[in-house]
Amino acid sequence: MSTSEKPRPHETEESRPYWRGAERGALMIQRCAHCGKLRHYPRLVCDNCHSLESDWVEASRRGTLHSWTVAHHAFHPGFAQDVPYVLATIDLEEGVRALGILDAPADGKLAPGAAVTGRFERRGDGVSVLHFFLARQGPRLVKGDDQC
Amino acid sequence: MSLSGKAAITGIGETDYVRGSTKSAFRLQVEASLKAIEDAGLTPKDIDGIIPIGITGAPAEEFVTNFGIGDLRYSAVTPLGGASGIAAVQSAAAAIAAGICNHVLIPSGRNVSAGARAGVRIHQMPQFHLVTEYEYPLGAIAPAQLYAPMARRHMELYGTRSRQFAEVAVAMREHAILHGNAVMKKPITIEDHQSSRMIADPFRLLDCSLESDGGAALVVSAAERAGDMRQAKVVVAGIAEGHPDSPSSITQRAEMTRLGIAKAAPRAFAMAGVTPADIQVAEIYDCFTYIVICQLEDMGFCGKGEGGAFVENGRLKLGGALPTNTHGGLLSQAHMLGMNHIVELVRQLRGQGGATQVEGARLGLATGYGDLGDGAIAIMQRV
Ligand SMILES: [Zn+2]
Repeated sequence: MSTSEKPRPHETEESRPYWRGAERGALMIQRCAHCGKLRHYPRLVCDNCHSLESDWVEASRRGTLHSWTVAHHAFHPGFAQDVPYVLATIDLEEGVRALGILDAPADGKLAPGAAVTGRFERRGDGVSVLHFFLARQGPRLVKGDDQC
Repeated sequence: MSLSGKAAITGIGETDYVRGSTKSAFRLQVEASLKAIEDAGLTPKDIDGIIPIGITGAPAEEFVTNFGIGDLRYSAVTPLGGASGIAAVQSAAAAIAAGICNHVLIPSGRNVSAGARAGVRIHQMPQFHLVTEYEYPLGAIAPAQLYAPMARRHMELYGTRSRQFAEVAVAMREHAILHGNAVMKKPITIEDHQSSRMIADPFRLLDCSLESDGGAALVVSAAERAGDMRQAKVVVAGIAEGHPDSPSSITQRAEMTRLGIAKAAPRAFAMAGVTPADIQVAEIYDCFTYIVICQLEDMGFCGKGEGGAFVENGRLKLGGALPTNTHGGLLSQAHMLGMNHIVELVRQLRGQGGATQVEGARLGLATGYGDLGDGAIAIMQRV
């Protein structure tokens, strides 16, 4: 069991509000206290106005599928039991992106623009990580031939 | 002041590329360096600048101590992952053009069999700290998993297909087998690619580059001295590095099908005074097949979204319109952080390409790609 532990986040001063929010199921996004620009992932300075002051807002957890990968090979022993799993890049309604685990069949048909809803799920090791679920089949941006 | 034509690659050296080398990374770096210095007609004590490559690169001091260099005038590091080698050539050219030093050694070498595999070190690298904090715990562990969404997005937007990725893999393998100094020696077909196991969809095993051991090194000198040196004169005609938007996180990048080289390439082509149509041979960084396709677009060889069709019908093969990775690249020769691409380009332009020589090649380019999208491009010319 000791070899199959998943990696844990290394919290920093900047990321602590995100992980505290995750524990209570809230997706917290950092906001510039001067110009109001949202930024994700959290960082020290606003890239718009260069203010060092920031606060936090709770995001809707609604968004659309931007891209994804299906992990078939476990590059870390902690995920050996999880493959295949889908890692999804999500355009959140708030205008920033999030990466989460998409709870959809690994061999299912996915398309950019599909509507998703997010939810934090507490793992066995107590870490709450972001999962997304397909809300309904969204429109396909461009018809792509990805059969092979 | 333009750097164009100011610096020349006067020495190249590389070891055999293998798996399971018993030599240390530093020994591989030293062996390649000594070959490059001899190739240039210099002695190790002539080196007065050093830019070590990669996280396995020994610090300049190690070379000073071992080579007995009395007056090292320039040292630097260029932390751009697989674009570090070309960024180092740019740094060397700038230092030489400014009169700081005369002969810059750029050594590289790694022994992954002894430990440092690419896939398990991202979380130890400071430039990846946002990935480490927010993505690694979700199971986004290896470069294949971080880059796959870029390829998937490209496929969905433009209809790019896995069979087109296979075209890249097959061309690289053919070249590696002809070249000889390559880890992979068995021919592959499109169907072999299509039936290779899925690693991180859409990347199959044969979309992924190799872990391998070896060393590669360059000597960069003032172009005006190169004419009196041992080898045919190959100058740096145009060179640039470029960093992508959101360099610390692909997830947050507005346009994830655009790499840093999209910013660098126009600068390098303008500096050299040439266009993609003039390029006779290309050594394009190929950690994954898709990355070749994306760079071809970003450099302007074709439009965005057209790269999949561009690589079809053997265009990248010897005898095709754009012979690419005449050494087999990272996919089939060795993963030498792209330093092997620069070595191969110089060899081609000297006419020393052997079985994979592109007939009459006088103008070519090499690219690098690294970390989460950093790019670099060097256009070189035999003069
Ligand atoms: Zn601001």
